[in-house]
Amino acid sequence: MTPIETPNIFAPVSTPAFAIRDLSFVVLAITGVIFVIVAGFAVYTLIRFGRRPANPEVEPAQVYGSTQIELAWAVVPLLIVVVLFLVTARYVWGIERRPQPPGALEITVVGNQWWWEVRYPKLGIVTANEIHVPVSDEVSPALTFITIKSVDVAHSFWVPQLAGKMDAIPNKTNRVWIEPRRVGTFVGQCAEYCGLQHALMLLVVVVHPKDEFRTWVAAQQAAPAEQTAARAGRELFSSLACVNCHSVRGTPGNGVFGPDLTHLMSRATLGAGAVRNTPENLRAWVKDPGAFKVGALMPAMKLDDAQLDHLVAYLVTLR
Amino acid sequence: MATIPLPAPAPVDAVEASSPSGLAATLHDWVVTVDHKRLGIMYVVTGLVFLVIGGIEASLMRLQLAWPGLTLVPADTFNRLFTLHGTTMVFLVGIPIVFGFANYLVPLMIGARDLAFPRLNAFGFWILLFGGVLLYFSFLGGDGLYGAGSAPAVGWFAYAPLSERAFTPGNATDYWNLSVLITGFGTIATAINLIATIATMRAPGMTLGRLPVYVWTMLVVSAMTLLILPPLSAAQIMLLLDRFLGAHYFDTQAGGSAIIWQHFFWFFGHPEVYVLMVPGFGFVSEIIPVFSRKVIFGYASLVAATVAIGAVSMSTWAHHMFAVGMGGTLNSFFAASTMLVGVPTGVKIFNWLATLYGGKLRFQTPMLFCCAFLFQFLCAGLTGIMLAVAPFDWQLTDSYFVVAHFHFVLIGGLIFTIFAALYYWFPKATGRMLSERLGKWHFWLLTVGFNLTFVTMHLQGVLGMPRRIYTYPADRGWDILNLVTTLGVPLQALGVLIFVINVVYSLRHGTPAGDNPWEAWTLEWATTSPPPAYNFATVPPVTSRRPLWDVQHPDDPDGPHE
Repeated sequence: MTPIETPNIFAPVSTPAFAIRDLSFVVLAITGVIFVIVAGFAVYTLIRFGRRPANPEVEPAQVYGSTQIELAWAVVPLLIVVVLFLVTARYVWGIERRPQPPGALEITVVGNQWWWEVRYPKLGIVTANEIHVPVSDEVSPALTFITIKSVDVAHSFWVPQLAGKMDAIPNKTNRVWIEPRRVGTFVGQCAEYCGLQHALMLLVVVVHPKDEFRTWVAAQQAAPAEQTAARAGRELFSSLACVNCHSVRGTPGNGVFGPDLTHLMSRATLGAGAVRNTPENLRAWVKDPGAFKVGALMPAMKLDDAQLDHLVAYLVTLR
Repeated sequence: MATIPLPAPAPVDAVEASSPSGLAATLHDWVVTVDHKRLGIMYVVTGLVFLVIGGIEASLMRLQLAWPGLTLVPADTFNRLFTLHGTTMVFLVGIPIVFGFANYLVPLMIGARDLAFPRLNAFGFWILLFGGVLLYFSFLGGDGLYGAGSAPAVGWFAYAPLSERAFTPGNATDYWNLSVLITGFGTIATAINLIATIATMRAPGMTLGRLPVYVWTMLVVSAMTLLILPPLSAAQIMLLLDRFLGAHYFDTQAGGSAIIWQHFFWFFGHPEVYVLMVPGFGFVSEIIPVFSRKVIFGYASLVAATVAIGAVSMSTWAHHMFAVGMGGTLNSFFAASTMLVGVPTGVKIFNWLATLYGGKLRFQTPMLFCCAFLFQFLCAGLTGIMLAVAPFDWQLTDSYFVVAHFHFVLIGGLIFTIFAALYYWFPKATGRMLSERLGKWHFWLLTVGFNLTFVTMHLQGVLGMPRRIYTYPADRGWDILNLVTTLGVPLQALGVLIFVINVVYSLRHGTPAGDNPWEAWTLEWATTSPPPAYNFATVPPVTSRRPLWDVQHPDDPDGPHE
């Protein structure tokens, strides 16, 4: 994987994030000017009138107020607020009311304690913690509309370089859209405290060139090739409680509480970013997820070494 | 104006007089007291003790976050720490100190002998202390019958449905719930008491138009408290019903609403910030004139701004919820109302600057804290404007930028003004001055440490670091910034330690203060330091906003200028 970019809100790669950056520059300019004027005046006053007075026993002139001055410094900020509000409202409506074009990609992201389910309802793909989308260009814009939900507590979907936050609230459906203009891997994570492992609920968005995205979709839609060497592991998987929570398409496993494992090995991490997805880490994870992520809701299955070997031999075939 | 004769000083309580001397007697006197000054001191000391506890909790969190991947504080402990830190700082530090000062100062400043309801006042203090003890008792009792968890780990905001029994079994959350409910009762009682006192017990001649600005701020925040705390109490009771009797107000699995809790909580939670901060404005409005040797500039507009902040801030709460998907109309409304609060707040800053301008400034410790406050609060206000811009907030909310912003308000603003007030009124309460030398060390260490920690913290937020995470990956580019943030902590801790030493030392060895060490002009400086139990033998005539100025300058009294 390419080295990770710092998720800087001032280094946007997608339309809503660009718009927010432009708006924030306006706000920063206004507040910056106010700061320089007010702080500058304060420093000047403190230095000029802080010097030891020639006749300290005489009180300075008492100034009780001035209607004109007080009116001026109430009205000018009021005008600034009016301007700022109008600019803000324009961006709020502009971003929130963006209509969905017919060809837009639709994704549903579901917050779970403590991982993200990612569904592509029209493409029949279900995956976790990684969102793959096509890049947009001027010739053929490619927008992605993301529906945000939660199955348990409140979470918040945040990939700073793509868009602002949108909370995932149980019993509520929210929507956010992105239009990434550059290929790359962009990181984010849950931004609403959601319990013990809020910190390890990471998220990655991979922006592909259009043809590469089509390849990814085709690979995800295909069922993983069956391999005879992994047969024992597959039977073990189906006979254990694994299938209560996990799905693998084309097997009896159709659980919905945990991440879909159909293409497990196509994902870079385990446990929503807790650890890199290698066969060794996978074995340790299945043995005891708590070793990487204390409190993860997947229990340690108390398997012996032979069972672990078979199971991992099967899981690594899920590419 | 006709002078109303004052009743004779109240007799010393018979029980107090007859009790045996020694430590037990002193303790007894303090426990049974209904004197507003003693209760005020107990409130403030309680707040300062919890400030140290909350500060230790914050320091542990900063230690864990100093570098990526540290394992000094486990995840569950970290989550408990930030829950207790937030709850402690708001309910057990901010509120007791703010209302403690009001307890002490309001009767003295308006020339009254006590608050209107002294026993209610004692009830308010003890119930608040009990609430605080209850919160920390969760470390023992939280394991309770269910054996799950000790201290609460739901965050000080306890968002539903994480606070429901399905997600937080055990009793820890119940302790949080009851503690917040109970401290709220005490605060409501004190707010009623202050309103009644200010409304009915002002000295002859002390019209509303002559109230010290600080008393005005307390009148406004007491009224706000009456409006915002009952909804919070209601929400806590609803949560209790959910957790104990199977109601479904916030139980989303049974069709309850997660959002309605957020509305209840922030309808309290946002004005609460002003309830804490506005009295700080009051402190500054008292201290800056005295140390500039000038009358406050634009008294009427300052008071009007205070009332305006109180009014407008009641309709800004949902700016905490820009990211919950409220839709464009509500987002725009709350953006507008939040920006609007900036106008009266700006007016206040301009009034203070105009008061400084042309003065003969005395940079003693209370004034130093006020000066740092001006710059820090200016920053806090301007980042507040940024957060009011809803789309900008979609990026910044729940990131470290917000943490930096509200610590600029609550430390850079509130705690700095509280320290200013402590240095300013300590001589009145104890009869001795705090050491200026130690005070300056305290000031500079706290100022440098605070800015090191919290200026830096804005940047982590801009770089995408969310709040309330106990660890973060090493590849995010947040490591150096977090290290710098943590390095500011020991400086701040040392500053507070020096303050504690200063208090302990000065109580015995401080320079005797006299009645009016700062040559101030409000009524509390007309009586002895410390004041007698009955406050005033005779109240000086009040013919203006600065009664003692009139006494000192009979040739040029304030009255004709007002």
